[in-house]
Amino acid sequence: MHEYSVTVRIAKIACDEAEKAHGRVREIDLVVGDEAGFVGESIQMYFDVVSRGTPCEGARLTIERVRPKLRCSSCGALFEKKPFSFACPLCGGNGTPTEIGREFYVKSVKLEVSDSCT
Amino acid sequence: MHMINRDVMTNINAENDHIAMHVNEYLKRKGIFTVNVMGAPGAGKTTSLEHLIKLLKAPCYVVEGDIESDIDTERLRAEGILASQINTFGACHLDAPLLHNAVHAMTLEKPGFLFVENVGNLVCPAEFSIGEDIKMLQVSVADGSDKPYKYPLAFEKAGVILLSKIDLTPYLDFDEDFFLKGVRHLNPNVPVFKVCGKTGEGYAEAAKWLAERAGK
Repeated sequence: MHEYSVTVRIAKIACDEAEKAHGRVREIDLVVGDEAGFVGESIQMYFDVVSRGTPCEGARLTIERVRPKLRCSSCGALFEKKPFSFACPLCGGNGTPTEIGREFYVKSVKLEVSDSCT
Repeated sequence: MHMINRDVMTNINAENDHIAMHVNEYLKRKGIFTVNVMGAPGAGKTTSLEHLIKLLKAPCYVVEGDIESDIDTERLRAEGILASQINTFGACHLDAPLLHNAVHAMTLEKPGFLFVENVGNLVCPAEFSIGEDIKMLQVSVADGSDKPYKYPLAFEKAGVILLSKIDLTPYLDFDEDFFLKGVRHLNPNVPVFKVCGKTGEGYAEAAKWLAERAGK
């Protein structure tokens, strides 16, 4: 259920672009951080359902995943967290959360448009 | 026919965040300080609300979020607390449109506190803003001391943490130092109050903190 409502939003964002260009959506490129809390396979599953009968029907979803990174409060390095540890691998300092890995946006869409409409 | 590429760069949660901002503005205008209450099922969230509401001097309202049933709402109403229920019927968290509809159906006559008890879940409630002023996270010692490491976002986003069921500590292997170390890494300044739902211990300090934070 978690992914359903966001998939509806993704389809809406893409359909809006298609309508502006009087075309059909052929591909939607998403950027999803691993800590955004959304599962790519679930989005794809719901997308196939919610896109039926819309300009998005049959479109391909591509998902670019982003690994979360912490920033060391001592040396400033960005690093990937190890399980049960927040320690910086370079200096042993404390890692603090960053926005890297929380991305959740539609990066671009590929549209098929008729030659007379461009 | 030919293909064109369009840059979109649109945040998928933007609409939810926009509605959350609207809900927060509406509640602020009414003098309501809104607390999004998060925690695993069974952590004791409703029990904490019962204690806190007795201790807070300002009027308190509650919205209960559950997948099904109105057990908690009825329990609070039986104590004279103004409570309303959202059933998500399968959804694992509340979002801003759900709270928007709930608050517009409520009569919030006096300034005070609105506690929104989210669906019992340590994962998704942290990801969605619903229009709250702060998130209050409740974790019980029975949940385990590894929770900040396993569910970091909930701890990072928390404005205040209640560590509950502390009367059970002698019977469990809860490692408080390990727990607090994880909390401090994610959220260095968040206050942590140790509370006991059975005896009411610790809630006076938590209520005092909430009243000061809300200016009420």
